[in-house]
Amino acid sequence: MWRDAALVGAKDLRIEYRSRVATTQVAPYAVLVLVLFGFAFDQNHTLLSKVAAGLFWVAVLLSSLLTVQRSCAIESADGARDALRLSGLDPAGIFLGKTLAIMAQLFVLELVLGIGVVVLFGIELRDPALLFCSCVAATVGLAAAGTLYGMIASGLKVRETLLPLLVLPVVAPVLLGATQTWMAALGTASAGTDGWKWLSLVGGFAVIYVAAGTLAFSILVEES
Amino acid sequence: MNSNFPEGGLKIRPENRAVVASSKSWRGSPTGDRVTLTLGVCALATAALTTWLGLFVTPPDQVQGQLVRLIYVHPAVATMCYAGFVLCALASLAYLWPRTRSRRWDRLAVAAAEVGVVFCVLTLVTGSIWGRPTWGVWWTWDPRLTLTALLCAVFIGYLALRRTGGDPDALAKRSAVVAVICVVLVPIDHEATTWWASLHQTSTLFRANPLIHGEQLYTMLLSFVAFGLGFAWLVMHRYRLEVLEDRFGEEGYGLAIKERRAEGGRRVGTQPVSHQGEIAT
Amino acid sequence: MEPVIRFRSAVALAGGFPVLAGVDLDVAGGDVALLRGSNGAGKTSILRAAAGILRVVSGEAAVLGADLVCDQRAVRRRVGLLGHSSGLYDDLSVTDNVRFSLRAAGAPAGRTGQALEVLGLLGRLADAPVRSLSAGQRRRVALAALVARDPEVWLLDEPHAGLDAEYRDVLDGFIRAAASRGRTVLVASHEAERAEPLANRIVTVAGGVVVGVELVAAQQTPGQQTAASLGVATVVA
Repeated sequence: MWRDAALVGAKDLRIEYRSRVATTQVAPYAVLVLVLFGFAFDQNHTLLSKVAAGLFWVAVLLSSLLTVQRSCAIESADGARDALRLSGLDPAGIFLGKTLAIMAQLFVLELVLGIGVVVLFGIELRDPALLFCSCVAATVGLAAAGTLYGMIASGLKVRETLLPLLVLPVVAPVLLGATQTWMAALGTASAGTDGWKWLSLVGGFAVIYVAAGTLAFSILVEES
Repeated sequence: MNSNFPEGGLKIRPENRAVVASSKSWRGSPTGDRVTLTLGVCALATAALTTWLGLFVTPPDQVQGQLVRLIYVHPAVATMCYAGFVLCALASLAYLWPRTRSRRWDRLAVAAAEVGVVFCVLTLVTGSIWGRPTWGVWWTWDPRLTLTALLCAVFIGYLALRRTGGDPDALAKRSAVVAVICVVLVPIDHEATTWWASLHQTSTLFRANPLIHGEQLYTMLLSFVAFGLGFAWLVMHRYRLEVLEDRFGEEGYGLAIKERRAEGGRRVGTQPVSHQGEIAT
Repeated sequence: MEPVIRFRSAVALAGGFPVLAGVDLDVAGGDVALLRGSNGAGKTSILRAAAGILRVVSGEAAVLGADLVCDQRAVRRRVGLLGHSSGLYDDLSVTDNVRFSLRAAGAPAGRTGQALEVLGLLGRLADAPVRSLSAGQRRRVALAALVARDPEVWLLDEPHAGLDAEYRDVLDGFIRAAASRGRTVLVASHEAERAEPLANRIVTVAGGVVVGVELVAAQQTPGQQTAASLGVATVVA
């Protein structure tokens, strides 16, 4: 399983490296979203720094949708899905591999966006341990849920429109938890918010999605 | 071999549709029978009784006044919403488990989910009506409300997925996976009032010392019975609708095989055809 | 002897339509069987069912002794399908594509170079992204992956389509060499004059069922042809 995961993950990252969609399209899009938030809130710095955590995670969420769409598109081009099934790769390995590849891209994206919120919204980063842990947990959750739902929607004619409808409500708790954790870490949360407690919510969802994906992927790959 | 038959969604030529539609077993199978009729009558009777008790017999509340009468609607509706989603997830699990895999579970899942969404929307509407005079707003970003709205959204997504068509077995499996994941929100939604500081009040009934007594308690319990019967009635009808659709597809199966062979220019029936016989079983 | 590919009244559906409407077919080890029939007769579906990616919903279907009705996956690593679509990743290079498909199937990647060489894919093409290749070149890449894997059953869907004369001869050499090593080959083809000399069993398909099977003597003995065909023997040995 892990051998297959490494193989598929390396393949996806190599494709990303070759095509550079993540660096030339997704990352600029994410930064653009941040800049648009800046316009929308009329350069009101106190307000922006207050809601920076939420804006950061909304930007990550929107960009992760693009990354997931891209990850699915790779497998649906020119019979590649059949090829993947024919290859006899372990479905759980395929799921973990694709999840890892999306995670790697999202980490880079979060780094860029993190620099973005510091520079554009003028916030100070405090409690780096909490920030880092919430990034890891939320990224695992987003990538796992995205890969799982990408597979559920794959092969359907309406994939592009159905995927956001399916994924967004499911990852909303991750967004909520990660935002609260960041607000606690940045000191913009309402008094009494325990960042680590919210982090455990995000972690819980991440574990659920990884477990569900590992178990369900064979059903989804083998369906037809 | 019979369990492997995909029973729905076969493509049949228009001229053959009439044959399927007029065939004996399909015609004259409405979704109702004596059981659903009894259920429906009981549901109406208990609902009428609840209305009478709720509006005329029980007293108004000291704090909430007449508004408290919503307690005979809103909690029962919300519980039916949970029941629908949990039933959908359990049926989906049974479908995913290879030993119990059967189209029945898939039909039950879609029936329960649809009825669940209806009750979820009703929950949000009745909650909103209750929230406006008590909290002063139609909607607030309270954990309970937000999670219920999310629950509604994920199951609307589930129903959207169910409408995408294609191979019925594949669709049943995809949908079952989605249902099992989505139902995780139900316990979180239910516990939201205790986990987070929430505007929404905690459970009135399910605690060691219920907050209401006497006729109020009985009326509230009766409302659960009324909505429970209504829920069962709806699910049964919806389930039978699925059975009819499947039967339509099943009868089309034999025709579709015939049509397919006719494409080869051969006379149909020159070869022993065992699977056509199996369909009837 | 138990046939390598065995179908009995096999029915398969695609989007609710019975693409296979009760197929009966036997192919023995070392056979080269040609599937012929008009467009939409079900040739491709037979190949996909044998490859374990089109589910047989009723009847019996077994490949290499593995029952496809209960478990499709068991057979996949042991068969190779060259389909209409190449199943290649557009953004990966030719070498990376072949290497990935070998590793995924658990086959040693060592034969990649030889296969690419025989199919004329070394040099400039080896590092080019598949996106930039012509249809015929993509076909050759997919073929290289298949040849390097050398599965027990070869399922070829219109293998000559898009190839020029030189590589058609190479392909014929591969097929004969595979059969001589006891591999089972199932070819779907419209090009009778090209494919019939290769086959020792000609299967006619129409309307999703097999309507006729004809046994013929292969026109050349596999051994003679192998030696003559561009060093194929060294690749697949």
